[in-house]
Amino acid sequence: MTDAEIRALILQLICDIAPEADPATARDQDDIREAFDLDSMDFVNLVTAIHKRTKINIPESDYNKIFVLKNAVAYLRDALTRV
Amino acid sequence: MSEFRMPALGADMEAGTLAEWHVKVGDRVKSGDIVAVVETQKGAIEVEIFLDGVVSELLVGEGQRVPVGTVLAEVNGTGAAQPAPAPPIAVAETVAGAPPAPPAPQPSQQAAEPVLSRALATPSGPPAPAGARLRVTPAARRRAAAIHVELSNLKGTGVDGAIRLADVEAAARRPAPAPPAKKGLDLAEMRKAIAAAMARSKREIPHYYLAETVDLSPAMEWLERFNLERPPPERILPAVLFLKASALALREWPQFNGAYENGAFTAAPAVHVGWAIALRGGGLIAPAIRDADQRPLSDLMAAMRDLVERARRGGLRSSELTSPTVTVTNVGDRGAETVTGIIYPPQVALVGFGRAALRPWVVDGRVEPRMLVSLSLAADHRVTDGHIGGLFLASIARRLQEPKSL
Repeated sequence: MTDAEIRALILQLICDIAPEADPATARDQDDIREAFDLDSMDFVNLVTAIHKRTKINIPESDYNKIFVLKNAVAYLRDALTRV
Repeated sequence: MSEFRMPALGADMEAGTLAEWHVKVGDRVKSGDIVAVVETQKGAIEVEIFLDGVVSELLVGEGQRVPVGTVLAEVNGTGAAQPAPAPPIAVAETVAGAPPAPPAPQPSQQAAEPVLSRALATPSGPPAPAGARLRVTPAARRRAAAIHVELSNLKGTGVDGAIRLADVEAAARRPAPAPPAKKGLDLAEMRKAIAAAMARSKREIPHYYLAETVDLSPAMEWLERFNLERPPPERILPAVLFLKASALALREWPQFNGAYENGAFTAAPAVHVGWAIALRGGGLIAPAIRDADQRPLSDLMAAMRDLVERARRGGLRSSELTSPTVTVTNVGDRGAETVTGIIYPPQVALVGFGRAALRPWVVDGRVEPRMLVSLSLAADHRVTDGHIGGLFLASIARRLQEPKSL
């Protein structure tokens, strides 16, 4: 997957969880929890959805590495190379 | 013949709009079936029936707004198979300018008089022309006045077109026209509902407040190990530990689990925790996680996940709104440090958890970084005092020190 595809996937999964989220407003430097008003349940649902779609198992200790959109893209890009 | 009534789905509910029937005349129903969707100030709620039998008549049409307690349908059969979940939130709040609401419905309850005036959706014939003198039997006139039926809208079937008692009774059973049911959540309406319930709480309940700082480190370390071994779908959130610890403490201290109504407190026979869920864009709802003291953590996590999703998407059930015996709120990892709660009447307590964060804490005479959370209690002074409230909070805190026991 390209970075653009990973980014689009993350935003799509966020929109599945928070249907009122507008992916067009997303900026790479945004904390996705703040930008899309995701609470802890939403966030664990996002991690679960990523796992379901990509088989990437993000440990809790790495959650802080995917708070920011551009970091999440980089994290998943690296993880996909290991899947 | 048994009656299925518009339920009271909260301390703040006076009326609801029957948005959709899930059954038709002739359908067999059993206790627990979802038979209708009711639009309330807190969104669309799936309403269960607690009767067994066959639907013999639907008395309220889709789109019609009726007061709590109005008979929605009649069911022929064995009557109430089991009581509806005890609705501790049974007293509908009356706001200024609104008509008084009847008591919360029970399956065996006899028909209550409709409170709102009934305009007639389908009069049996053209109404009497304006200014014409109506011919009305005395019994019909008394009955019409009692149940607020507008006589000028009726066509009589008596001698010379006189309106008889049967005409009034028939008119009273016909649905009144109402604006079409509005799907989805109306945040302005929800804000009104919250305002009514919270104003009533502050007006009627003598709150007292307690708070305690709890060292969450043992619980968080245990949870980290628990989640490390599991894939994302099987992980649990710290909120689940808060829920279970609170539920177990409520079983130990039943004075905080129940309802204060008609001048007396009644302890609930089970711990059904109303879990406060913030809705996107504003608003709040606290549906029940039933028997929270008896369920394993993974089961509570699944229940919480399901409730959050349905609360935000729409699809909560009536019993989930009527059965909470206490409320627990957790502001989560992006919330404030502490919660000073407002009790949801007629409940008598609200347990709050603030944002857990790493802070300095003295352990064995040394300052250490520990994960701390502010645990708070808002309780009803008519039922308990601060001393026992402190023991209750200590019970929750102790359980969080022993996460294996949860």
